[in-house]
Amino acid sequence: MDKFNTLTGIAAPMPLVNIDTDMIIPKLFLKTIQRSGLGKNLFDEMRYDRQGNEIADFVLNKPQYRQAEIIIAGDNFGCGSSREHAPWALLDFGIRCVISTSFADIFYNNCFKNGILPVVLPPEAVNYLMDDAANGANARITVDLENQSVTASDGKSFAFDIDPFKKHCLLNGLDDIGLSLEKVSSIDAYEDRQKTQFPWL
Amino acid sequence: MTAPKTLYDKIWDAHVVDRSDDGTCLLYIDRHLVHEVTSPQAFEGLRMANRPVRAPGRTIAVPDHNVPTTADRVNGIENEESRIQVDALDKNAKDFGIVYYPVSDIRQGIVHIVGPEQGWTLPGMTVVCGDSHTATHGAFGALAHGIGTSEVEHVLATQTLIQTKSKNMKVEITGRLKPGVTAKDITLAVIGKTGTAGGTGHVIEYCGEAIRALSMEGRMTVCNMAIEGGARAGLIAPDETTFAYVKGRPHAPKGAAWEAAMAWWKTLYTDEGAHFDKVVTIRGEDIEPVVTWGTSPEDVLPISATVPAAGDFTGGKVGAAQRSLDYMGLTPGMKLTDIKIDAVFIGSCTNGRIEDLRAAAAVLKGRKIADGVRCMVVPGSGLVRAQAEEEGLAQIFLDAGAEWRMAGCSMCLAMNPDQLAPEERCASTSNRNFEGRQGYKGRTHLMSPAMAAAAAVTGHLTDVRELTTETV
Repeated sequence: MDKFNTLTGIAAPMPLVNIDTDMIIPKLFLKTIQRSGLGKNLFDEMRYDRQGNEIADFVLNKPQYRQAEIIIAGDNFGCGSSREHAPWALLDFGIRCVISTSFADIFYNNCFKNGILPVVLPPEAVNYLMDDAANGANARITVDLENQSVTASDGKSFAFDIDPFKKHCLLNGLDDIGLSLEKVSSIDAYEDRQKTQFPWL
Repeated sequence: MTAPKTLYDKIWDAHVVDRSDDGTCLLYIDRHLVHEVTSPQAFEGLRMANRPVRAPGRTIAVPDHNVPTTADRVNGIENEESRIQVDALDKNAKDFGIVYYPVSDIRQGIVHIVGPEQGWTLPGMTVVCGDSHTATHGAFGALAHGIGTSEVEHVLATQTLIQTKSKNMKVEITGRLKPGVTAKDITLAVIGKTGTAGGTGHVIEYCGEAIRALSMEGRMTVCNMAIEGGARAGLIAPDETTFAYVKGRPHAPKGAAWEAAMAWWKTLYTDEGAHFDKVVTIRGEDIEPVVTWGTSPEDVLPISATVPAAGDFTGGKVGAAQRSLDYMGLTPGMKLTDIKIDAVFIGSCTNGRIEDLRAAAAVLKGRKIADGVRCMVVPGSGLVRAQAEEEGLAQIFLDAGAEWRMAGCSMCLAMNPDQLAPEERCASTSNRNFEGRQGYKGRTHLMSPAMAAAAAVTGHLTDVRELTTETV
């Protein structure tokens, strides 16, 4: 997993609320047995018509947002299915950060496993950044994980909260499984206790 | 004296393997359910790192999302990508030695129906699956939630998950339901009230007289859609209804082990005075048969209502509601009962159990599906299918003109050939009405099995209470 420290990039505004994981990556593309290559199908049904032609007014098809690395989104981004194909598709497209007032729980966790930073900010801050993002490539937003801040193109800055463990893993690009396996003696001990306490399991 | 605990607190505490100073816990996972769509990359990760599955006996796999629901599926899956994914699960189950129900096994079905049916799901457990509807298993008083593929790999390798504790939320349904109102109406009514983000960051415990009165099938329907309310999980404290359902299942404890299990299970309730961060109360008597009109599960209205206008909402929902109305092809002010349908889907992990099929059959008995309407009935497992055939339900469906299918997820997410055509409108017992969910540009109205069956008969959304039903 790639580390995430600071990012300055173009932000695409997506004010729609409840953008679900079926929108982010429709089920048609869940049949892959790989993690890579999903970027071309990110937001597929919003981005292309049935013949596969780009829909010109979809934000990521506009020239100024084709290189976006950040999405500013409406409330409850990533609701619905647990499919990790959603963050895989975002990452493969080049999105490293999504900013919203709230995220669905499973999607939020999935982001951290893939080097994507989901940032939760209050509605006023998200609205401010949404307006800034509407300025297209001229507005480059900076996200600083170490200092937990998002800075708009005019220098206005917003602080965000994040779980310290998740921050640590993202800053250092750490593999969770390796970390948990360092605690294998605790897992062994738990399983031994369970044999006495819950013998039917 | 220890502080009073919620049911969630008790299950959580019993599964903490390790706790860091910042509160992050390593939580032990008792059961890991696996299906073909969200697992191939996880098994590949294990191979690359040369790691085994830590607890193959606690890991249960079944293909469900991609499998066709036609009888000829025994000859193989025609769609190449689907076939590759199911073949990958076959191989992974064999290579890693995990419990497996292949397509050819009568016990195959939707993972959330197979787990409880086989007794893999028990009270007080932690249950995970790479699927958001894992919340279903909370009906047993098990802490059950969906995870992503990276976490699937983490559980396969370590039998644990890195977790921080959620907040406690209580959803109480007081009193009794009126006739014609079901578990599906409860769970939709709750989401209609709290919104799809109302449970975010919380684990919901459903309680109250109306919840207690539900069968296990009904409780599973309620917990199944906890995720649609944004909650991490939904829980219902186990009681005699739970124990009676579990007893005698193939993988339920037996003899002395049963007695030992019962001693622990009977302690699984929320203590008097335990703290909830959020409380929602709904009177059971106030719940009507409901349907959804839009493209979010929170777009819930009683069947007697009319289609809303975007201007009825505030904030970001105004734009979303207008988008939904355009997508769904609806005009504000029209009666919901005037909405004509093209298709009916009865099935899914929400409503694919025997009780659901009985409720649909009770409406369809002696009636015919309306002209021009296609009705698909898809049992949740091979065993549900067999039972429905034995009880005569299958014949009622066939006599009414419905299609009687093999078990799988089917048109709930339409990964297999069971799909809506663009702009086709469906009365569906599934859990999501998202854009494109049941097929590109397809239009979904969520409702209970009885309501879906009523719509099948009349050809438009219908209050089931206006059709007389008999028990089958």
